[in-house]
Amino acid sequence: MDAHASDDISKHVRTYFMVFGALMVLTIVTVGVSYLHLPTHTAIIVALFIATIKASMVALFFMHLNHERKLIYWVLMLTVVFFFVLMLVPLATNLDRIVLRY
Amino acid sequence: MEIPYISEARPDTGLTNGKLGVWLFLASEVMLFAALFSSYILLRVGSTEWPHGFQELNVPMAAINTVILISSSVTMVMAWASLKMNNFSKFRMHLGITIVLAVAFLVIKYFEYAEHLATGMGPWHSTFLGIYFTMTGLHALHIIGGIIVNGYLWGPGAKMWKTKPVQFTNRIEIAGLYWHFVDLVWIFLFPMLYLL
Repeated sequence: MDAHASDDISKHVRTYFMVFGALMVLTIVTVGVSYLHLPTHTAIIVALFIATIKASMVALFFMHLNHERKLIYWVLMLTVVFFFVLMLVPLATNLDRIVLRY
Repeated sequence: MEIPYISEARPDTGLTNGKLGVWLFLASEVMLFAALFSSYILLRVGSTEWPHGFQELNVPMAAINTVILISSSVTMVMAWASLKMNNFSKFRMHLGITIVLAVAFLVIKYFEYAEHLATGMGPWHSTFLGIYFTMTGLHALHIIGGIIVNGYLWGPGAKMWKTKPVQFTNRIEIAGLYWHFVDLVWIFLFPMLYLL
């Protein structure tokens, strides 16, 4: 391991601890917001918004997706497409009920 | 036969085969959990009543578990960084803490489950508890899988550091990618099941 690479890693380590701090703060915010007992719609949007930020931080910094090879992004893009298909298509079968309820 | 490109990157992909392999595996894992998330949404919108998670479940315990899992992600990535900085003893310490935190997560989960089962509130009790036990149970199985792999890499598997340090560092990176994914799933499970 040369000195330059070791320096690079030390920078990464600082980032990891900053991300850790941010994740802790966002966890406290998530739990705090739940005690406000917001209307269900708002609560779902807020909770998913915070969870998405937290998950993105884990993926970008801990899983190094902020500097990854192209092939990984292609694999993940395909996964995201199928993920949304899986989320939305079954939901569409229930659209009439959702519209009636909300 | 030796598996090619496990230490150095394959020229056309720019990746080691192990890393590409684990990302493909994680893509399939995303779909596995997505199927359950999708089922949760369907069950919830299709039901006439749905309890708030905080009425049925123990939020403080799950919040502590969230902190534990996020902390274990940091120690996991620090284990990898320690190897990159040629510091094997620090690697051992960080991976060791990761394993201890993972076990602590399971212990807390055990108390949560035990509390439910003692009062007859098992997965058979309601649709909500059914999907709760299914999703957290599958997640807990992933934690157990991570403990087994990390335990091997901490113990007997660590011998590889002396003979093939680059390949061993790659193994830790790959095990880390899996572990961060398990953390990432929990980041969504916690608010979805406990707080909404």
